[in-house]
Amino acid sequence: MARNYRFLRVVVLLTAIFCGGAAMVEAAGPPIRLGVAGAHSGDLASYGLPSLNAARLVVKDINAKGGVMGRQIEILAEDDVCKPEIATNTATKLISEKADIVMGHICSGATKAAIGIYNDARMIVISPSATNPELTQSGKYPNFFRTIAADDAQAMQEVDFAVKVLKLKKLAVIHDKGDYGKGLAEFAKAFVEKSEGAELVLYEGVTPGAVDYSAIVQKIKRSGAEGVIFGGYHPEASKIVSQMRKKGMKTVFISDDGVKDETFIKVAGQYAEGVYASGPKDTSKNPLTKAAIEAHKKEYGSEPGAFFLNAYAATLAALNAIDKAGSTDFDQMAKALRRESVDTPLGMVCFDERGDAIGVGFAMYVVKDGVYQEVL
Amino acid sequence: MEYFLELFFSGLTRGSIYALIALGYTMVYGIIGLINFAHGEIYMIGAFTALIAASLLTIWGVNQIAVLVLSGLAAMVWAAAYGFTVEKIAYRPLRHAPRLSPLISAIGMSIFLQNYVLLSQTPDFVPFPALIPDFPWLEPYRSIIGSSDLIILVSTAVVMVLLTMLIKYTRIGKAMRATAQDKQMALLLGIDVNRVVSLTFVLGSALAAIGGVLIASHIGQINFAIGFLAGIKAFTAAVLGGIGSVPGAVLGSLLLGWTESFATGYISSDYEDVFAFALLVLVLIFRPAGLLGRRHNQKV
Repeated sequence: MARNYRFLRVVVLLTAIFCGGAAMVEAAGPPIRLGVAGAHSGDLASYGLPSLNAARLVVKDINAKGGVMGRQIEILAEDDVCKPEIATNTATKLISEKADIVMGHICSGATKAAIGIYNDARMIVISPSATNPELTQSGKYPNFFRTIAADDAQAMQEVDFAVKVLKLKKLAVIHDKGDYGKGLAEFAKAFVEKSEGAELVLYEGVTPGAVDYSAIVQKIKRSGAEGVIFGGYHPEASKIVSQMRKKGMKTVFISDDGVKDETFIKVAGQYAEGVYASGPKDTSKNPLTKAAIEAHKKEYGSEPGAFFLNAYAATLAALNAIDKAGSTDFDQMAKALRRESVDTPLGMVCFDERGDAIGVGFAMYVVKDGVYQEVL
Repeated sequence: MEYFLELFFSGLTRGSIYALIALGYTMVYGIIGLINFAHGEIYMIGAFTALIAASLLTIWGVNQIAVLVLSGLAAMVWAAAYGFTVEKIAYRPLRHAPRLSPLISAIGMSIFLQNYVLLSQTPDFVPFPALIPDFPWLEPYRSIIGSSDLIILVSTAVVMVLLTMLIKYTRIGKAMRATAQDKQMALLLGIDVNRVVSLTFVLGSALAAIGGVLIASHIGQINFAIGFLAGIKAFTAAVLGGIGSVPGAVLGSLLLGWTESFATGYISSDYEDVFAFALLVLVLIFRPAGLLGRRHNQKV
C-alpha cells in the first residue's frame, strides 16, 4: 500500500511539472455553452447516455460553486446516434448554436466524420471514448483531445516498456490470429520496427486451442529473441509460457490485458512468475472516482455506465481549460489543455501535443508471488 | 541439425497426442462405420474426471505416481461408462437407419456433452496439475524433449501395439473383425454383435481418457471445449492414415504432427493448418482410402 501511495505522489508531482502553473482571471458574463455530443438514443445509447449524465453532474457541481469565471454553464446536448452521417449535422448544429467547447463524440466513426467540421470552425472537442489512433496521430486535428487511451496505446505501452525499461534488443511478436490479438500485435510490430535500438526478429500467429506449442517455442528460441510480445488471451499465453520455461528458456514474456487475468496465474502457476502484462490503470481507489459514482447513484439511482469516468474527466478538463485560459478563445483554451493539469477521477489529466491524455490508460503489471502487481 | 531435431520431436509429440485420440475414432469406424463425433468430448470428460480424482487423491496425500495411475484409471472407467451410454442411447437405435442419421446424432451428442460440462462444471479454463513427474535424467535434453512428451510417446506406442494384438490374436478381436466384415453374418454365427459394439465403444473411450489425462497434464489446463479442436485434428489424422486402420491412425497422426511442426519451424505458423490440410487433400487425391486404408470390408 505504502508503495502505491508513493507512486501516486510521484505521478502527481510529475504531471504538475509537466503541466506548469496556473493563472486565474475572473469575468462575469453570459453562460458558457458546453456542447455534449454522442449517442443519446438508438442502439448505442448505452454508450452515450452515461457521458451526458457525467457532464450534467459536473456542470451542476460547478454551477453550484459559482460557475467558471463567474459565468454559469449551460449544456447543449446533441444526439448523433453514433452515426457518421448524423454526426456531421450534429457538429454543424453545435457550431451554429455557438457552443464554446464540445465534450464528445462517443463513437470513433462519428467523431472522425465530425472532427473536420469542428476544426474548420476552430472549436475544441474532447472525446471520452473515441479510441481510433488516427484522430490524434494524423496531426490533422489540433482541436481534438481525448481522455481515453487510443487503440494502439496498449501496444505502445508494451513496446516502450520492453525497449526503454527492460532494454531488450531483439523482440518477437506472436499473436493468436484473432481480432484482438492480431490487431494489437500489428501495432506492436510497427512500434518495434520504428523504435530505436530494438529489432523485430519474429512475427507470427499461432492457432488458438492447439494441443502443443513446442514448435513455435523452438522457433522463438532459434530467433534469439530476448523478449516475446504476445497479443491474445490467457489460454494460449499460459501454454506458450509454460512450454518456454519447461525448455529452460528465460525469454521475457510481455502480454496484454487479455492475459492480465487471475486465471492466467492460476493455470500457469509457477511459470507465470515474472510475466509482464499491460492492463487498464486501476482508478477505483481514487476519492474523486468514488465521489463521482456516489453522485451518479444519488442523482440517477443506478451504477454509471460505459465511459462515465472518462466523460467526467473530459468535462472537468474542458471547464478547467476555460477557467485557466480565462476566455473561450480557441488558442488560449488549447494551450491551457496542454499545459494545465486537472484532478479528475482518472488521476491528474493534461494532454500531450497530439491531444492524447498523458498518464490515462494502461499500466504495466508483473506477476510476483502469484499476483499481478503494478510495475513501479 | 539441432533445430531440425527439436522440430522433429515437437512434431512427434503433437503427432502422438493426435494418435491417442485418433485410435478411438478409427476403432469405432472400423467396427460400425460410424464417425463418432462425440469422441473428442469423451476425451474432454476423461480429462475432467482425472482432474477431480487427482485433486481428491492429492488432498488425501497419495504419492505422485499413484495419483497419475489412479486418476488415469478413474478417468478410463468413467469415460468408458460415457462411451457405453452414448452408444446405447444415441447410436444403437439408429443402427439400421440411413448412414446420415447416426452422424447427425453424433454431432448432437458432441454438442450436448460440451454444454453439459460447460453448465455442470465451469466455462473457464481450469488448471490441470502436472501429474507426470519431471525425470531428472532427462534434464540435459529438456530443450528437445520433456518428460511429458516422452510419456505420451511411449503410451501411444504401447497402446497401438496392445490394440493391434488384441484385434489380431484374441477371441474378442476375432469377433470384432467378424462384426466389421459383416454384421448379419457374424450374428448368424453366434457372435453377440451388440456386445462387440459396446465393447468397442468402451475401449475407444478408455483410450480417449488416457489421452485426456496425459495431454491435459502436458498442457496444464482444460476447459469444456478442448475436445473439439483436438477431435477434429485427430479425425483428420485418422482419415489421412486410412480410417478403420489402427497403424494407419498412428501413421496419419505422426505425419500430421510433423507437417504442422515443420511448417511452423521452417515457414510460418500462420500457415500450419493450411499445410496440414493441403497434405490431407493431396493424400486423398492419390489414395482415397488413406495411406493404410483398404477400400472395402476388412476395416479393422
